[in-house]
Amino acid sequence: MSNLISALDKATDNSGIAKIEEIGLQGMITLRGDLSKAAVKKAATSVTGVEMPTLGHANHDGASGLCWMSTDELLVLCPYDQVADTLAKMHTALGKAHALAVDVSDARASLRVSGPNAREVMAKLAPVDLSPEAFKPGMFRRTRMAQVAAAFWMVDDATFQIVCFRSNAQYVFDLLKVAAQNGSEVGFFK
Amino acid sequence: MSTRLATGGRLLNKSKALSFSFNGTTLKGFEGDTLASALLANDRVLMGRSFKYHRPRGVVASGSEEPNGLVQMGEGGKFEPNQRVTTTELFEGLKAKSQNHWPSLEYDVGALNAKLSRFMPAGFYYKMFIHPRSFWKHVYEPIIRHAAGLGAAPKATDRDADTYEHFYAFCDVLVIGGGVAGLQAAKAAAASGAKVIVAEQTAHLGGRAVVDGGTIDGQTAEDFVTAITAELEAMDNVTIRTRMMGAGVYDHGYVLGYERLKDHAPEMAGPRHRLWRIRAAQTITATGAIERPLSFAGNDIPGVMLASAIRDYVVNYGVSSGDRTVVVTNNDDAYRTAIALKHAGLDVPAIIDARPAGDDSDLIARAKALGIRVMMGHGIATVQGGKRVTGVEICAQAGEGAVLEEIACDAVAMSGGWSPVVHLWSHCGGKLTWDESQASFRPDPNRPPLGDKGQGFVSVAGAANGETTLAAILADATDCGKEAAKAAGFKAKATKAPVAEDAVERALLPVWLMPQGAGYKLRSKAWLDYQNDVKVSDVQLAAQEGFTSVEHAKRYTTLGMATDQGKLSNINGLAILSDSLNQPIPQTGTTTFRPPYTPISMGSIGGEARGDVFQPIRRTPMYDWHEANGADWEPVGQWRRPYAYVQSGETVHDAVMRETKNTRENLGLLDASTLGKIIVKGPDAGKFLDMLYTNMMSTLKVGKCRYGLMCSENGFLIDDGVVARIDDETFLCHTTTGGAETIHGHMEEWLQTEWWDWNVYVANVTEQYAQVAVVGPKARKALEALGGMDLSADAFGFMEWQDGSLGGFDVRAYRISFSGELSYEIAVPASQGQAFWDALMAVGADLGVMPYGTECLHILRAEKGFIMIGDETDGTVIPQDLGLNWAISKKKTDFLGKRAQQREHMVSDQRWKLVGLETIDKSTLPDGAYAVGEGTNANGQRVMIGRVTSSYHSPNLERGIAMGLVLHGPDRMGEVITFPGTDGKDYEAKIVSPVFYDPEGEKPNV
Repeated sequence: MSNLISALDKATDNSGIAKIEEIGLQGMITLRGDLSKAAVKKAATSVTGVEMPTLGHANHDGASGLCWMSTDELLVLCPYDQVADTLAKMHTALGKAHALAVDVSDARASLRVSGPNAREVMAKLAPVDLSPEAFKPGMFRRTRMAQVAAAFWMVDDATFQIVCFRSNAQYVFDLLKVAAQNGSEVGFFK
Repeated sequence: MSTRLATGGRLLNKSKALSFSFNGTTLKGFEGDTLASALLANDRVLMGRSFKYHRPRGVVASGSEEPNGLVQMGEGGKFEPNQRVTTTELFEGLKAKSQNHWPSLEYDVGALNAKLSRFMPAGFYYKMFIHPRSFWKHVYEPIIRHAAGLGAAPKATDRDADTYEHFYAFCDVLVIGGGVAGLQAAKAAAASGAKVIVAEQTAHLGGRAVVDGGTIDGQTAEDFVTAITAELEAMDNVTIRTRMMGAGVYDHGYVLGYERLKDHAPEMAGPRHRLWRIRAAQTITATGAIERPLSFAGNDIPGVMLASAIRDYVVNYGVSSGDRTVVVTNNDDAYRTAIALKHAGLDVPAIIDARPAGDDSDLIARAKALGIRVMMGHGIATVQGGKRVTGVEICAQAGEGAVLEEIACDAVAMSGGWSPVVHLWSHCGGKLTWDESQASFRPDPNRPPLGDKGQGFVSVAGAANGETTLAAILADATDCGKEAAKAAGFKAKATKAPVAEDAVERALLPVWLMPQGAGYKLRSKAWLDYQNDVKVSDVQLAAQEGFTSVEHAKRYTTLGMATDQGKLSNINGLAILSDSLNQPIPQTGTTTFRPPYTPISMGSIGGEARGDVFQPIRRTPMYDWHEANGADWEPVGQWRRPYAYVQSGETVHDAVMRETKNTRENLGLLDASTLGKIIVKGPDAGKFLDMLYTNMMSTLKVGKCRYGLMCSENGFLIDDGVVARIDDETFLCHTTTGGAETIHGHMEEWLQTEWWDWNVYVANVTEQYAQVAVVGPKARKALEALGGMDLSADAFGFMEWQDGSLGGFDVRAYRISFSGELSYEIAVPASQGQAFWDALMAVGADLGVMPYGTECLHILRAEKGFIMIGDETDGTVIPQDLGLNWAISKKKTDFLGKRAQQREHMVSDQRWKLVGLETIDKSTLPDGAYAVGEGTNANGQRVMIGRVTSSYHSPNLERGIAMGLVLHGPDRMGEVITFPGTDGKDYEAKIVSPVFYDPEGEKPNV
């Protein structure tokens, strides 16, 4: 529909030491189930075309992907306009297996932080070891940023993609702006 | 006088002069100065006044241990009190003011206190101000508050102009302290490949060694520091941060580093302070040692300073603290000061050494060779002078203070030995042991702070570990670095300790009082704690009065309770206490070392959390529209919800009244997106919900809705809401706005801990939907105007839900009502929320549509007697109190709260029950008011028989309406009870049914 508005309507800020953008709507499906069950695995991998992720990891292929959320939860990523189809396919694949697949695309906001200082900007807000040797593309963290829940991964070595609750999008965007204020380079990650 | 010397000053950039002001006078310093060295260079020895007696105070130390030199810095949004001059780096335009005096630093009326000091001993306040009791609050406290205190608080209207931030860092080995020990330990640890952070609180690496001399691997200490720093900086796995203090060590290797980014250059961009929140597998504290003062009469007079500080000022800053300096000591180290002063061309009339005559050590011999008079076995009886030292009276250390000789001087360099800085070792439980030879506590390596597996996670290197010679310090640091790397899981590389040489020293003599037999008069002028004015006589009095525990004596005398936390006074004070109690020092022990090591800014603790991001504000998809349309915001948890939409010319109350009338008469729209929505799915979902809710949910038919109550296992009502059955295995549970996260957590807790074998998954989908309540007699018309669903009463009954399409939007519509009106709640995906709201406003234009806020919602539900979690409930209320027995299943064998609700107290007929309350004069009852009954209780208070839980003015009924919990309430219909208001008025209210409006329920039933 033409009346779709993401949480911050693709706001961007480039005034500080990293670029911050809200990137619009991203399809997201919460899949809860026994991740070792064949039907659950199939429901996840068949619609995304990526492998099942291991603990603390995420596998991506463009707008599609699988993120490890907990021992019985995956975040399934797909293009926003394909959520309904994807859900239907997943339900078919799940068959009678006990699982829960539900659309959460609109409950979330997606932001990106990029640039050579992106790691430092994120490390001011999330209690995660973000040094290049500890956190690499392919990894995924469910954590907090300052006072709210968030999850993130690295799209490439200088870009983080963040998922937070839609209602907190403005807060997270503003947090990132403060953390990226000019003159605040830390110089810790070599 | 104190002055700038023509030569010396290794930290100065003499080509760059800086101007700054002190108490309004413009003065000159150099880049590299601290405020302390710059003030001394300008002969400003008097820097402040003490806390209690307003005694004149000059700087006594050269580092973070300084108790006296506290000033107010900056102005307006940059104002900050209690800044230590010794740790304040000079910058162009710095503005400082002295504090705690009136009318001026030089002439302070408060100094009269000092004349009365005989009458203000330890515990004076406790003894004096206890009677009569009421005087404390109204007379004594205001006067004392005026007289005592340090710097002024910032003005309430000023806002801190700076920003602050946190930074999360992780490393294998964290080294706190960038002296030679810290640098060497870092090198030894880093050789293994471990990731190392070195934090140094000052702007310079090298610590004391560069001032005190000695050779390391054949080089000067300074050259060694330059070389090892370059070596470390070249390593990828090492990070060195200067101006970063290790502030506190906490459980699991968590350490706070306090980095002062631009205190030395306020014009720079970026945050002022950064609080590093570090996780380190191993922490090495290489924090050095602090010199102890000696306790002799007049040791607080400006000009009496630590020997090491006088040496620092000469060597580092090219500043002499006086022309003629008498050195008084119980150890060899102070001789270094005498030698440094002589080399700088200054006069040292005598070294007063408390130790008996004996063989001359290297340093004694060198001092004598320079022609300095050394008086062994002597002490200072008293220091002469007021705002400045003018001389000292010499006596025998062994005697009672008979004056043998007077020596004129304008500075006194004292040294009572060195105490290792064990604070960071101790913060998380590291234990200490008494070192007889150095008369100091040092870390006990066998009792370190313990980590999760019982492993030690802090170790200590160098002088902080009680080592005293350069060779021993460097050997210790090398071992410590290797061991820490090993403990962090790395294979230590063979690293050789550098070979160091320095003077062989003669043993120290513990001297806790000078002279040893000093009488009361001298003892009452021998200061232990400079900032808080605690003297030897005060600690002795505390001991005499029975304060035998060091923690009690500390609080009684205030020893070590000032902003310096007793860095200079602690050991001296507890030595005096031990002596008074006739017990060895280790038996007395130390007080507790608590973080932070020195005060850190409140701003750094708050980090980024200020201004716009002080707290998260959760916004619904229609937030901007609300804002643009007059929303008066109400915080509901972290959400902001419109309390009312105020139109021009209206008060908030007017708006609420208008919205309430309009919703009953025409059409109201409520943004209900914040209500919690939790999906519960699985073969056992019905069974699970039957346990969570008091009523039966498993029997709910697909397509239907049911109102439910949730109780805690203690029986108390915790949440309510409408449950919709989506399909055989799936339910959607609505919760209160505040309950979304907690009820989701509550569900997960029961599923994960108790009913882990039940096949149920839950997901919180609250934010997936924008939900709009379309309320009022014209609600159906409005939705029909959008078109797409059959909304007739037959096709879409009350308490049903349907998926469909309205105005082209995919919706899930619930026909439910929290207002007593015809009402639908329509859920659309959040990203279409604003568009859907706009569509409703458009079709409602002809129907008298108005958005309404939370206060209107409250009035509408109160008119109908619907309870609100948080108003009618407060964590002590059970459903039975609210007349909700109809919603408590009698068929179910169990549900959370069932057993608790059968307890004696829960079934008592004395519980207050919900009723409606109507004022006789139609006024509005004060919310929360209590109703009084006959007589008084055991405490002599009026007997209470009830309280108001909700109270509003109803524009539809044109009167005040209220609900309340009243003793035997439902049995007392028609009775009038009295609610005394806090305004002194008595409010009379009649007990009535809580359903005020449309009791037959006809309005929604159309």
